[in-house]
Amino acid sequence: MATEILMPALSPTMEEGTLAKWLKKEGDEVKSGDIIAEIETDKATMEFEAVDEGILGKILIDEGTEGVKVNTPIAVMVEEGESADDIETKSPESEPSAEKGEGENSKDETGEKPKAEAKAPDVPKPDRSPDWPADAKLKSMTVREALREAMEEEMDRDETVFLMGEEVGEYQGAYKISQGLLDKFGSRRVVDTPISEYGFAGIGTGAALAGLRPIVEFMTFNFAMQAIDHIINSAAKTLYMSGGQMGCPIVFRGPNGAAARVGAQHSQDYSAWYSQIPGLRVVIPYTASDAKGLLKTAIRDPNPVIFLENEILYGRSFDVPDMEDFTIPFGKARIAREGSDVTIVSFGIGMSHALEAADKLAEDGIDAEVIDLRTLRPMDTATVIESVKKTNRCVTVEEGWPVASIGSYISSVLMQEAFDWLDAPVITCTGKDVPMPYAANLEKLALITPAEVVEAVKKVTYK
Amino acid sequence: MARKPAAAKQTSQDSETAAAATPNVSADELKQYYRDMLLIRRFEEKAGQLYGMGLIGGFCHLYIGQEAVVVGLEAAAEDGDKRVTSYRDHGHMLACGMEARGVMAELTGREGGYSKGKGGSMHMFSREKHFYGGHGIVAAQVPLGAGLAFADKYLGNDRVTFTYFGDGAANQGQVYETYNMAELWDLPVIFVIENNQYAMGTSVKRSTKSTSFFGRGEAFGIPGEQVDGMDVLAVKAAGEKAVAHCRAGKGPYILEVMTYRYRGHSMSDPAKYRTREEVQKMRDERDAIEHVRELLLQGSHATEDELKAIDKEIKDIVNDSAEFAKDSPEPALDELWTDIYAEALPQGSAEDHADA
Repeated sequence: MATEILMPALSPTMEEGTLAKWLKKEGDEVKSGDIIAEIETDKATMEFEAVDEGILGKILIDEGTEGVKVNTPIAVMVEEGESADDIETKSPESEPSAEKGEGENSKDETGEKPKAEAKAPDVPKPDRSPDWPADAKLKSMTVREALREAMEEEMDRDETVFLMGEEVGEYQGAYKISQGLLDKFGSRRVVDTPISEYGFAGIGTGAALAGLRPIVEFMTFNFAMQAIDHIINSAAKTLYMSGGQMGCPIVFRGPNGAAARVGAQHSQDYSAWYSQIPGLRVVIPYTASDAKGLLKTAIRDPNPVIFLENEILYGRSFDVPDMEDFTIPFGKARIAREGSDVTIVSFGIGMSHALEAADKLAEDGIDAEVIDLRTLRPMDTATVIESVKKTNRCVTVEEGWPVASIGSYISSVLMQEAFDWLDAPVITCTGKDVPMPYAANLEKLALITPAEVVEAVKKVTYK
Repeated sequence: MARKPAAAKQTSQDSETAAAATPNVSADELKQYYRDMLLIRRFEEKAGQLYGMGLIGGFCHLYIGQEAVVVGLEAAAEDGDKRVTSYRDHGHMLACGMEARGVMAELTGREGGYSKGKGGSMHMFSREKHFYGGHGIVAAQVPLGAGLAFADKYLGNDRVTFTYFGDGAANQGQVYETYNMAELWDLPVIFVIENNQYAMGTSVKRSTKSTSFFGRGEAFGIPGEQVDGMDVLAVKAAGEKAVAHCRAGKGPYILEVMTYRYRGHSMSDPAKYRTREEVQKMRDERDAIEHVRELLLQGSHATEDELKAIDKEIKDIVNDSAEFAKDSPEPALDELWTDIYAEALPQGSAEDHADA
């Protein structure tokens, strides 16, 4: 049976090419794999191999022809005993590509365009339920203890949960978060790794794809930059790329942001970086109760979770409910302080600046509402919007850099969802747009301070 | 026909022995390898054709020439063993039993594809067949494969993971981080280096001074050997040895399988870095499928008619897969927003292991 040979697409972007040379002539026998022609694309001259066996019955496009559209018939292959003249083909002079080209165009025009209804799910209503029952007993606990307790409880609960990272075992944790876990769970479940972030992040991700629930500790998130390919390309995207087959239940956790006097390479806030990635959950607790409740949720979540801690907060104490199984859901912001004059939105260590500023503002008679986002992905924008509809003003506070920050995202959401309620532009308080300096005075200058938050609030409240 | 290993120089003692031990395989097995390799070749040829017609987009890396590697190693695998590879993955999927229809429909970006059209040529998976992708970042699958093996060791079963990567990936740093941890923790992983001699357009000689990749595990304590990857039986024999090593709890093993890719790196490869004659010589003298065909005919294990029947069967499967891939609808528009987050873990995942 005679078949047409069509002008091939030889690169992802090729739409047309030059038929540079025929290497077979009419009447030649062609075997699968034989080079029959050379075709020039915008990038290179490519050899065009025959797929089927047969005889080159007729050449429809002469060599040297430029601008031959992909899928134009360029020759006809026949079988033994057949003649190319028996076959109805469009003569090359009558623009062989025209019919197909038009056909495709018209299909495009009448074809369905992606509809607007295919869009992200709507923002849910804010959930203002309390994090724990009013009658729960409270105990004071540091963030460090809360994190440790969360891991211990989840490892007790689920055999597939294990911890891996540098110095998590025998050293008892570089920041003592994993203290005692090796003694209790043994080296099968508390795995000391060599200093190989890229490698062990990949191994952890592979173990998660196979169904385990790894907790991968980075000594600090600065070092996770060596592993970011696995976090994003391997962990975050695989569920989507597999059409929903391959879940990746893994937690990447460790201290994030500036510590004190450790210089530019060890002082960076990755909140905005990871928050950009669909497929990741991003959690950044401030209090010990949030650290505990959210880490437990993170370990149980069937998705990759970035859990951003802070070295300065590790030693701070907060009330934590003394409950059997205390968890906090993702995507539920906490109103840390109610107020009516301005909404201050923050997360992580930024909350300590926000709350300190709110205390100072109260002295000046400004009643600030402070919202702790707790999770950045999913982000509880509903709670922020509802608050701004009440206060009509908003200031965001974070330690990270100003360009493409979490604050700039919140500000864009408010522009789109609460524009008519805003009485002043949103101000985003951030770290300064510089690598972190070492000198004590310069470092202080680079970091966000409560005084800057106070100043921003006074601007938006025109005080 | 004179048979030389794909890379003329070194072939380990073991693989020579294995190649010589050809009779240690039944006629049915030999026919099965012929069939499996032919399926990959014909499938890939069809994929190239559909690409030329514009039905397949983006990158498309064909496996033609390398068929004996994956078919030989699959012959050494048992149920429940895992595999993970790079973006040149169609052959691996067909060899582990994934359906030609689902693979081809993924290539055309259709609903009937293994990833519902959302992954493409480089990103397909099958939990059922323990195929863990399909990874587009060169060498990223190496620690992932060690992680799969980590899970098996953790769960206390005796499964092994085949982790495939190329000579190009063998120069990535994460490979050596992984070697170190895999040996440190005795992970049951076989690192299969498919040395097709070209990392895209850069020959091994132009990218590395020390070209014996199998020996690079030595610094970490991982045994390795070089295998003739154009001889499916040699590959199978080496695979069995590696599998036995891993299943016995002795840790990882490296197989450097010397092979050759007939086609370009991807579809848009003008292939100016090697001569037409070099490729043709390999096809004429070393073709893995032709080799098995000769073994079958010379040993009177199969008749020409039987082989023709296999050819036809394969042609039908491939044509059927192409028709399916053309007819399968494009994914529904709301698929854009699904599978970003898992609500619950899929079947066969951690929840099932919880009692293990």
